[in-house]
Amino acid sequence: MIAHAIFFYTFSIIAVVSAIMVTASKNTVHSVFFLILDFISISCLFIMIGAEFLGMIMLIVYVGAVAVLFLFVVMMLNVAQQKNQWFAGQSTSKHIPVGLIISTLIFFEIIIVIGGWKYKPEIFDINNSLANTSVSNTHSLGQILYTDYIHVFQISGMILLVAMIGAIVLTFRQRFGVKRQSYIKQISRERVEGVEVLEVQSNKGVKIDD
Amino acid sequence: MIDIGLGHYLTLGAVIFSIGVIGIFLNRKNIIVILMSIELILLAVNINLVAFSIYLGDLAGQVFTLFILTVAAAEAAIGLAIIVVYFRNSGTIRVEEIDKLKG
Repeated sequence: MIAHAIFFYTFSIIAVVSAIMVTASKNTVHSVFFLILDFISISCLFIMIGAEFLGMIMLIVYVGAVAVLFLFVVMMLNVAQQKNQWFAGQSTSKHIPVGLIISTLIFFEIIIVIGGWKYKPEIFDINNSLANTSVSNTHSLGQILYTDYIHVFQISGMILLVAMIGAIVLTFRQRFGVKRQSYIKQISRERVEGVEVLEVQSNKGVKIDD
Repeated sequence: MIDIGLGHYLTLGAVIFSIGVIGIFLNRKNIIVILMSIELILLAVNINLVAFSIYLGDLAGQVFTLFILTVAAAEAAIGLAIIVVYFRNSGTIRVEEIDKLKG
């Protein structure tokens, strides 16, 4: 129990501090790295409380794909290089007090809800029926994901497909002056256009016009 | 304090959610940091879902976390693509200079 507490406080302090650094850091590249640290510590928390599959998926999807995507875009857009120009002469904005008020309001609302919530005692007794089964977290997740939630699973696949097509269509750019392959042109080529039989006379050679 | 329960995880989720909201409001740098704040907010939601799922012994919460993960990844990809296109067209992604919609 003490080990649980120590790990929880360690990882959650790391998570909160790095979440603050994501928003407060001057350099966007540093923000991305703090975001990665945040995801890693939260996935450690997930693994610790027993959701191993989600923790691992979080590592793969966020740290492996999304964070690298962010880094890629940040470096492609030269954000770090233009830092000096962008941060020069920044005045304090009028959004800051509004933002602080709204977010502290949201925070205290959530805290009030959590603190005043009374859980029915028997709701935690149901808990052990599923936790004590011999199958692992991944196994039991797969058992319901592919049976009860199969339609939602398929729809999430469709969402990923649409997102992929959308990203490609958005960033696609037709360049001029670049030689490209045209499959239609290649396939519809006739023999007459390519090959010509010539009568070659001795000592004269053949004149080939381009 | 030592006995870690559901409330601890929910509080952590609330803290990270609020930091994400603060990040959206206070950000004066560029849109990419706003996208990262949205990722933080989704992460806080995931913490809540997983904590409830573990403590109630109901796996539906983890399934929905999986779907939120999917949607977050799709949203990040589309958002970054839009940012790249905007940067190509206007040359800046600074928050104050993006006022085409006169908002």
